Amino acid sequence: MSFISYLINGISLGSIYALIALGYTMVYGIAKMLNFAHGDIIMIGGYTIFVVMNTLGMPPILGVLVAVVVCTILGVTIEKIAYKPLRQASPLAVLITAIGVSYLLQNVALLIFGANTKLFTSVVSIPAISLADGQINLSGETTVTIVVSVVIMVGLMLFIRKSKTGQAMLAVSEDKGAAELMGINVNATIAVTFAIGSALAAIAGALLCSAYPTLTPYTGAMPGIKAFVAAVFGGIGSIPGAFIGGILLGVIENLSKAYISSQMADAIVFAVLIVVLLVKPTGILGKKISEKV
Amino acid sequence: MAMLEVKDLEVHYGVIKAIKGISFEVNQGEVIALIGANGAGKTTILHTVTGLIPSSKGTITFEGNDITRMPGHKIVYLGMAHVPEGRRVFSQLTVLQNLKMGAYTRKDKKEIEDTLKMVYQKFPRLEERKNQTAGTLSGGEQQMLAMGRALMSHPKIILMDEPSMGLSPIFVEEIFNIIREISKSGTTVLLVEQNAKKALSIANRAYVLETGKIALQGDADVLMNDESVKKAYLGE
Ligand SMILES: Nc1ncnc2c1ncn2[C@@H]1O[C@H](COP(=O)(O)OP(=O)(O)O)[C@@H](O)[C@H]1O
Ligand SMILES: [Mg+2]
Repeated sequence: MSFISYLINGISLGSIYALIALGYTMVYGIAKMLNFAHGDIIMIGGYTIFVVMNTLGMPPILGVLVAVVVCTILGVTIEKIAYKPLRQASPLAVLITAIGVSYLLQNVALLIFGANTKLFTSVVSIPAISLADGQINLSGETTVTIVVSVVIMVGLMLFIRKSKTGQAMLAVSEDKGAAELMGINVNATIAVTFAIGSALAAIAGALLCSAYPTLTPYTGAMPGIKAFVAAVFGGIGSIPGAFIGGILLGVIENLSKAYISSQMADAIVFAVLIVVLLVKPTGILGKKISEKV
Repeated sequence: MAMLEVKDLEVHYGVIKAIKGISFEVNQGEVIALIGANGAGKTTILHTVTGLIPSSKGTITFEGNDITRMPGHKIVYLGMAHVPEGRRVFSQLTVLQNLKMGAYTRKDKKEIEDTLKMVYQKFPRLEERKNQTAGTLSGGEQQMLAMGRALMSHPKIILMDEPSMGLSPIFVEEIFNIIREISKSGTTVLLVEQNAKKALSIANRAYVLETGKIALQGDADVLMNDESVKKAYLGE
C-alpha cells in the first residue's frame, strides 16, 4: 500500500514538472530556443503569491491570479527585450542570453527579498484524503496538483487543435516564413507562446511552493532543470511528450527516494534520461526532426 | 495605374547587393513572367514584395497601398498570395489542414468551404489525399498543395516561385495548365521561372533578370523570338 502512496505522490510531483516542461517544450517548438530562465519564472510566481498572501493578507486564489498575471507579463517582456532582437542570431548567443536572464531574475529576487528562506503558506485548503482504511494518505496539495494538471493539459490540447491561435502555433513551429505567407503574425504567435508558458509556470510555482513550502531565490532552478529533462525525455517540442516525461520523472524520482536512496534520487533520474536518449535520441514521443535549410 | 508597382528596388543581404535597382509593374488580369538564371535574384524579389525580407531602397505599391514597409502577414490580407520556392507546405499537417491554413485570413466558413470545393475541383488528387500528411506527398502533389493553399486565401494576385522546379514533364504540363486556368478565372499572376520557354508561352509580358538588374523586358511573344533570349534562355 505504501507503494501506491509513493506512486501517487510521484505522479503529483511529476505533474508539476509536466506543467513547467510544457513551457519549455512549447517555446522550443515555436521559437526553437531553450528558455533557461523559465524555471526562475516559477520562483517569481512563488514570491508574488507570498507577497499577496502574507504581506497584503489577501486570499490565496487572488495570490495565484496575481502571480499568473505577473508571470505572463514578465515572460512576454523577457521575450520582447532579450530574445526577439536575437531572432536571427546563433542559437548559442540566445542560450547565453537565456542563462543571463536566469541569473538576473535570481539576483533581483535576492535584492528584494534577501537570501533568507521564506515560509510559504499553502494555497490549497482542501483536506487530506484517506483511502483503504487509512493505508493511503493523500494531502490536499497532491490531489489538487493532479487535478489541475490534467485539466490544463486537456485544455491546452483543445486550444491548439481548435483555436485559430493554436493552428497558427503549429504553422509557426514548422516554418515561420510560410506561416507569415498565410497571414499569420509570427511575432505575436511567439509572444502568445511565452505568455502561455509563463502562466503555466506561475501555476506550477503555486503548486510547488504549496507542496514544498520554502521559498528562496533559487527555488525555481532545480525544478526548472528537471522539467527541462522531462521535456527532453518526452521528446522536446511535443506537448503530450512533456506531460508524459514530467510524470515519469516525478514517479522515478519519488520511487528512487523511497526504495533506493534519497541522496541518489536525482542521479538515478539523470541516468534514466541518458539511457532513454541512447535508445531513442528524440525522446519518447519525439518525431524525427528533418531540419530544413 | 498598375495593380503591383515596383520602383527602383534595391535589396541587400548584409553588404551584398542582390537587387540593384529594378522597376516593373503588373496590371490587373495579366500573367507576367520573371525569368533569369539561377542566382539572378528572382526569389529575392518575390520575398521582398511579400514582406519576408526588407528592401533597402525603392517602393512597392499594391492597388495604391504603399506596402514597402508592411509586414508580410498584413500584405496577405490585401489579397496577395505567394507560392514559395521549394513549396514549403507544412509537412507535419494533413493536406486539409494545409489548405485550411491557406484560408487563415478569412472568416466566412461558407465562403471557405466554397473555395475548398473549387480547389478540389482543380486538384482532384488533393481531395483523394486530404487526410494524408503533406510530408508524404510526391513533389508534384506538394506543388499542387502549395498552389491550392495559396488559392484558399482568395487572392487578387498570386506570386509563384518556380512551380515547375524538379517536376516530371507530365506534372510540369499539368501545373502550367492550372496556372492558365487560375489566370482565366480572373486572378493576376506573377510567375518566376527558370523554364523560360514554358513561362513565355503563357505570359502576356516578361522581364528578363540578370544579376539583380532587368536586362530585357517586353511582350512575351516578342521576347520569345529575340535572338539573345533564344540563345541565353531557350537553349536554341
Ligand atoms: N539568405 C541569403 N543570404 C545571402 N545571400 C543570399 C541569400 N539568399 C540569396 N542570396 C544571394 O542573392 C542572389 C539572388 O538569389 P535568389 O534571389 O535566390 O536568386 P534566384 O531566385 O533568381 O535563383 C544570389 O547571389 C544569392 O546567392
Ligand atoms: Mg529562386
